[in-house]
Amino acid sequence: MVPSPARGQGDRWERWGRKSSPVTTVPTRTSRVASGFGYAAGLSCRECGKVYPLGPHYACDECFGPLEVSYDYPRVSRSDILAGPPDMWRYAPLLPVPADIAERPTTQPGGTRLIRADNLARALGLRRLWIKDDRGNPTHSFKDRVVAVALAAAAELGFKVLACPSTGNLANAVAAAAARAGIRSVVLVPADLEPQKIITTMVYGGTFVTVDGTYDDVNRLASELAGEHEDWAFVNVNVRPYYAEGSKTLGFEIAEQLGWRLPAQVVVPIASGAQLVKVDKGFGELVSLGLVPPVPWRVFGAQATGCAPVSAAFAAGHDVVRPVRPATIAKSLAIGNPADGPYALDVVRRTGGAIADVSDEEVVDSMRLLALTEGVFGETAGGVTLGVLRRLLADGRLDPEAETVIINSGDGLKTLDVVAAAVDLPVPIRPTLEAFTEKFSTSREAVS
Amino acid sequence: MTVMVRIPTILRAYTDGAAEVTASEGTLREVIAGLDAAYPGLGGRILDDSGQLRRFVNVYVGEEDVRFAQGLDTEVAAGGRVSFIPAVAGGAPRDRPRHEPDGVFGG
Repeated sequence: MVPSPARGQGDRWERWGRKSSPVTTVPTRTSRVASGFGYAAGLSCRECGKVYPLGPHYACDECFGPLEVSYDYPRVSRSDILAGPPDMWRYAPLLPVPADIAERPTTQPGGTRLIRADNLARALGLRRLWIKDDRGNPTHSFKDRVVAVALAAAAELGFKVLACPSTGNLANAVAAAAARAGIRSVVLVPADLEPQKIITTMVYGGTFVTVDGTYDDVNRLASELAGEHEDWAFVNVNVRPYYAEGSKTLGFEIAEQLGWRLPAQVVVPIASGAQLVKVDKGFGELVSLGLVPPVPWRVFGAQATGCAPVSAAFAAGHDVVRPVRPATIAKSLAIGNPADGPYALDVVRRTGGAIADVSDEEVVDSMRLLALTEGVFGETAGGVTLGVLRRLLADGRLDPEAETVIINSGDGLKTLDVVAAAVDLPVPIRPTLEAFTEKFSTSREAVS
Repeated sequence: MTVMVRIPTILRAYTDGAAEVTASEGTLREVIAGLDAAYPGLGGRILDDSGQLRRFVNVYVGEEDVRFAQGLDTEVAAGGRVSFIPAVAGGAPRDRPRHEPDGVFGG
């Protein structure tokens, strides 16, 4: 039996480098701990504007609106960033993390490839297309970015357990981050999750709970648990304002990798909608800080038809999102009641983009196309994003002449089942030259 | 006859810290009005100036999100249960009966 370091080392944050346990009671947790949040200055309600000190707040007590991190932005130059580590911590001054975050035991996410997708661009009739390939993160999805920021906030705020409700990728990221930081993790997932995502979470130890219900049910349970366990940091619930900031680094990296400029168009998958909103926020910060030329960009959102509440609201011209019951193979996007949906609508409309959705069949077809043309085996979410890119091109809503980036947020190895049926498994041959020749002599192109 | 009402952390200042309180049965609108009478100011945190549910609060009667039912006109029967949950983390109704988590592994 392998011992469980996650529980054994518990709540001490010893590996994190603290000299003593920080703050443990609610009254003291609400006061700002100097420098632990970098240049973050406070929290503000995105609905009514009420301002809060940095602390374990996530919803406005006036109007229930979500809270957003605000900053006293420092002067940051391109050379400062280039001198930083080759991961997301090169952007630490623009995140709510301590200045020495790169020396802490995080999983060091980010620094993933931006792939110039000439083959795919040719197939689609696009002038220039790039794939931001976030499979390259430690647990193979963009969730490592957000969890790394949430972990830093959890340490600073004195939480003792790293927890989450998850559609799978977040569970992987939380369990791995907690294992490395030496603290306990608790993850809750829908019971019908892909087996690959269950195994790739449980291997890290921690407490793993499967819940008979949808992700939205799991989310509700997590929200209720967060109210009962004050020392549990549910990364996407009660430390969500900090967590969500991690997605800005996708935008930062895209701009830096393009040579310090913004793409004219970016297509982002929508689950909660936070990633889309934060990529846009990241672009805006780079412009404000003078790190990229101030040119317009358009943000496009992608959903699966089986869970398309934001796409439906966009099509109907609504600024509120009516929840749906998810029914799609794209389980990492299957959030029927997306918390950031209204803000995703705001961003897309403000930038002149669009939101569309595609069927599960189109998702699988696009997963294959991505693999066949660029050697990128993306998750179902990647299939959704490429599928929507194709849909928007066909509808004339996306400019084929403008430089475009699509985000592949996860790894196809975690959603093998959905493509298994689309691949013809070979019949074995005898290990002889004759057998090989007999098999392929009539189809030389297959092996040439 | 009364109903049970689950109070989220950010509203417990109105209920002297109580996580659960009781209210009279009726429509959800009537339940909220009853809560506001017992705990002045609470209603204004849940409803906006026009008397509608605020955009970022999820309200459940039993296991059902009231947006899938009759909204503020949803009936809360005696012995029923109402939950107010910040929408920051989503939340939606169920198609199947609710159970406790059905498996806890590892440690």
